[in-house]
Amino acid sequence: MQFTKLLAVSVTALTVASPALAENVLRWTSQGDALTMDPHSQNEGPTIAMNGQIYESLVTRDADLVLQPELAESWEAGSDGWTFKLRQGVKFHDGSDFTAEDVVFSFTRANHEASDYKEQAKSVTSVEVIDDYTVKLTTDGPNPILPNQLTSIYMMDKGWAEANNVVAPQDFKAKEETFAVRNANGTGPFTLVSRAPDELTVLAANPDWWGKGMFPGNIDKIEYRPITNAATRVAALLSGEVDFVLDPPLQDVKRIETSEGLSVKTVAQIRSIFFGMDQGVDKLRSSDAEGNPFKDAKVREAFNLAIDKDAIQRVVMEGLSFPTGMITSPGVLGNTPENDASYGFDAAKAKMLLADAGYPNGFSIQLDCPNNRYNNDEKICQAAVAMLAKIGIKVNLDAIPKAQHFPKIQKRESDFYMLGWGVPTLDSHYVFSYLLDGEGSWNATGYNNARVNEITKAITTEIDIEKRTAMIDEAWSLVKKDMPYVPIHHQVLAWGLSDAVDIPIAADDAFRPRFAVMK
Amino acid sequence: MSHEQPQERPQDRPLTRWQRFKDNDIIWSFLHSPGAMIAAAITVFSILACLFAPLIAPFDPFDPSQISLWDGKLPPAWVEGGQPQYLLGTDNQGRDMLSTILYGGRLSILVGLAAVCLGMVLGVTLGVISGYVGGVTDAVIMRIADVQLTIPGILLAILINGIGRAFLPLELRQEFAVYVVIIAIGLTDWPQFARVARGATMVEANKEYVQAARIIGLPAWLIMVRHVLPNTLRPVLVIATIGLALAIIAEATLSFLGQGIPPTTPSLGTLIRVGNEYLFSGLWWITFFPAIALVVLVFAVNLLGDWMRDALNPKLR
Repeated sequence: MQFTKLLAVSVTALTVASPALAENVLRWTSQGDALTMDPHSQNEGPTIAMNGQIYESLVTRDADLVLQPELAESWEAGSDGWTFKLRQGVKFHDGSDFTAEDVVFSFTRANHEASDYKEQAKSVTSVEVIDDYTVKLTTDGPNPILPNQLTSIYMMDKGWAEANNVVAPQDFKAKEETFAVRNANGTGPFTLVSRAPDELTVLAANPDWWGKGMFPGNIDKIEYRPITNAATRVAALLSGEVDFVLDPPLQDVKRIETSEGLSVKTVAQIRSIFFGMDQGVDKLRSSDAEGNPFKDAKVREAFNLAIDKDAIQRVVMEGLSFPTGMITSPGVLGNTPENDASYGFDAAKAKMLLADAGYPNGFSIQLDCPNNRYNNDEKICQAAVAMLAKIGIKVNLDAIPKAQHFPKIQKRESDFYMLGWGVPTLDSHYVFSYLLDGEGSWNATGYNNARVNEITKAITTEIDIEKRTAMIDEAWSLVKKDMPYVPIHHQVLAWGLSDAVDIPIAADDAFRPRFAVMK
Repeated sequence: MSHEQPQERPQDRPLTRWQRFKDNDIIWSFLHSPGAMIAAAITVFSILACLFAPLIAPFDPFDPSQISLWDGKLPPAWVEGGQPQYLLGTDNQGRDMLSTILYGGRLSILVGLAAVCLGMVLGVTLGVISGYVGGVTDAVIMRIADVQLTIPGILLAILINGIGRAFLPLELRQEFAVYVVIIAIGLTDWPQFARVARGATMVEANKEYVQAARIIGLPAWLIMVRHVLPNTLRPVLVIATIGLALAIIAEATLSFLGQGIPPTTPSLGTLIRVGNEYLFSGLWWITFFPAIALVVLVFAVNLLGDWMRDALNPKLR
C-alpha cells in the first residue's frame, strides 16, 4: 500500500517535472569564476565574458570578433568625438527603459576612481545627451579606434544603481562588497537567477530581450560551475556532467576528441607568448657575464635562433599553437604574414653569433616564468632551458605563480622573462603602448627606439587609415629587426563540447550564449 | 629460544670467527627471516643503483643540454612507438625515464637519509639530556615534543618549508630547495627519537655502572656520551630505519604538492606529480614507473625496519 502510494507520488512528480526537462539547460565549467558581477570593477577575461551575458555595451563583437551594433544601432566619427544612435525600446531586466541618461551614467561610472576600465574609457572626456536616443562621446583629440575600445564598457541602469547604492564601482582591491557584486541588472539576453561565487551561477533567458529571434541561440537556462582541477573538469565532460568545458588542458584534447558524443573546437587565440630580454640595464642582475650581453643585437638574435619553436608546438603544445616571429596575433591590425614568420631555428648559427659577440662559452642567466597563467607556461620555459643549454647558455629557471611574477616585470626587475599578451582592441596601438614604447608600463626590456615611440604616439590621433596602417607596419618591421623579444607562438584555444550543443568558438575565449544552440 | 647461550652448545672448542658472527643473535634472526633478506636485498640494490646512477644511467637527466624536446612523451621501448634507447619511455620534456628515476631516486634517498640523520641527532641529543637531567628540563623538552606530535607531520613540514623558502632570496631558492626540504622533514620527526632516547636513558641512568661513573666524579656530559648514549642506540636504530621510509614518503609528498624539489632536478615525488597531469591523455609511464620505484623502495625499507624491531627487542623474541 505504502509502496503504491509512493509510486503514484513519484509518477506525478515526474509528470510535473518533465516540462522542465524540455527546457534547454546548458551546463558548463571552466577553471576560474568571474571575480565580481559589478561590470566596471575588474578588467579580467572571465569576468568580462560572464558579465557580457547579462550586461551589454554600445558596440560588441560577434564570435568572429567583428564589430556589431548592440545597444547602439549606428555610430559615426566627428572631428572631436563620436555620435551613437541608441537602440529604442530596450528594457533593463527590472523593467526600466534604457535611455541616453544611462549611457552618461555608465561612462561616468567606468571613469570612476575604482573602475578598472579607465584605460579604455578615459579618452571619453564627456558624454552629451542629444536626445533620448542619441549621445555624443567627446574625446580628447581624434580617436580613430573608439568603438574598438567600447566593447567591454557595459551599460548600467542609473535608477537601479542609485536605488541600490552602487553608483560607484566596487573597490575590488579593498575587498569591498556591494549590492552589484552578487546582483545584476542589465539589458542582455540572460538574467541572473542565483549567484554563489566559485560554486554555481544560474542564468535564465530574458523573455523581453530586444534581440529575441535575431540570433540562433535557443538556451533557456545556463548553469555555470567552476572546477579548478583540470582533470576533474575533463572528467565532468566525459561523464556528461557538463556540456561544455571552456579550458580543457591541451594534453587531454585528443582524449575528448576521440570520445563518443564529444568534440573539440579550436581557434587561434588573440594572445601571443614570448620572452623579454632586458637590454636596458648596464649589468644583468642574474648573470655571470660582464656587463649586459643583451645590449648586443647578435646575442638577442642568438636567443631567437636557439629556441626551436616547432618542437615546442609539437611536443609541449600538442600541436595547439602557431609559431611566430612577432608578439601580436593575426586578427590584430598590424600583424602581417612577413612579420609573423618565425625567426626559425638554427642552433649552429646561434652559437656562432654568441661567439661573434664575445661569448664563445655562453653565460648564465635566470629565466622568470609564471606557472599558472598561460597554456603550459612552465613547460615551455623548461623546454627553453634545454634548448639554450645547447648553445652554452646556462639558464636558472624560476617558475612562480603569476601574482608574484607579474609585479617583477612591472617593476622592471627581471633580466629574462616570459610574458603573454592579448589585444582586446584588436589594434597594434595596444601592444606598442604597453610593450614597445620606451615608457610602456609592461615593457621591461629597456627597448627604446625613437621612431617606434614616435609612431606609438602618432597612431593615437591619425584618422587616415591607410597612413596609420603604414606607420604600424613600419614600427613592426623595426621591432622585427631589433628583436627586443623572443616570440614563441600564438596560443590556440580549445573548447570541449558535447555533441548536444553547438557553440561558435571565439578567439577572445568568451562564451556568447546568444549563439549557442542545443539540439 | 635462547640459542645464543654457550652452555647449550654440544662442543667446547673455541668458535671460529665466522661461526661467532653467524651465531650473533641479530645475524641469526636475519638469516632465518626470508622477508628481511629480500627487503635488505631490495634496499641495498636500490641504494646502490641510485648511488651509482651516473655510471648506470644511459643519460644525465639533470643536464639540460642532453635533453631533446623532440624525444618527449615517448612510450616504453616495448610499446608501439617506443625507442630502444629509452627503455622506460621519456617524460614530457624528453628526459629518459629510467635515468630520471635513478637520479630522482638518488635524490629521494639522500634527502631521506639526511633528514633522518638530522632528526636523529636532534632527537637523541634532546632525549638523552631530557632523560638524564630530568626535572624542569625534561618537562619542557617533552612538552614541546608532545605539542609537535599533535600536529600532523606533513603540515609541519609544509610550514617549515614555506618559511624556509620565504626567507631565502629568490635566486637562491632553487639551489637550496633540497636543503630546505631536508631541514623541514628533519625538524618534523625529532620527537619520536627524543621519546625513545629519553626512555632508554632513564632506564640506563639508574643502573649501577652509571652510578659508579657518577661516584668517581665524571662530568655529566661525559657520562651521557660515553656510557648512556651507546646503550640507547638499539631502539633508536629501529626508529631510524622506519623513519627513513617515512622521510622518503614525506619528501615525495612535498614534491608531489609542488612544495619540494623543483622539476628541473626531479625527485620521485616530482616525477609522479608531473606525470599525474598526463594520466588522462594516456601517458601512464611518466607516473607509473616512479610510483612503482617509490612503493618498492619504501616497502623494502619498512620491512627491514619491522624486522629490526623484532630482532632488537628481546621482549618480542
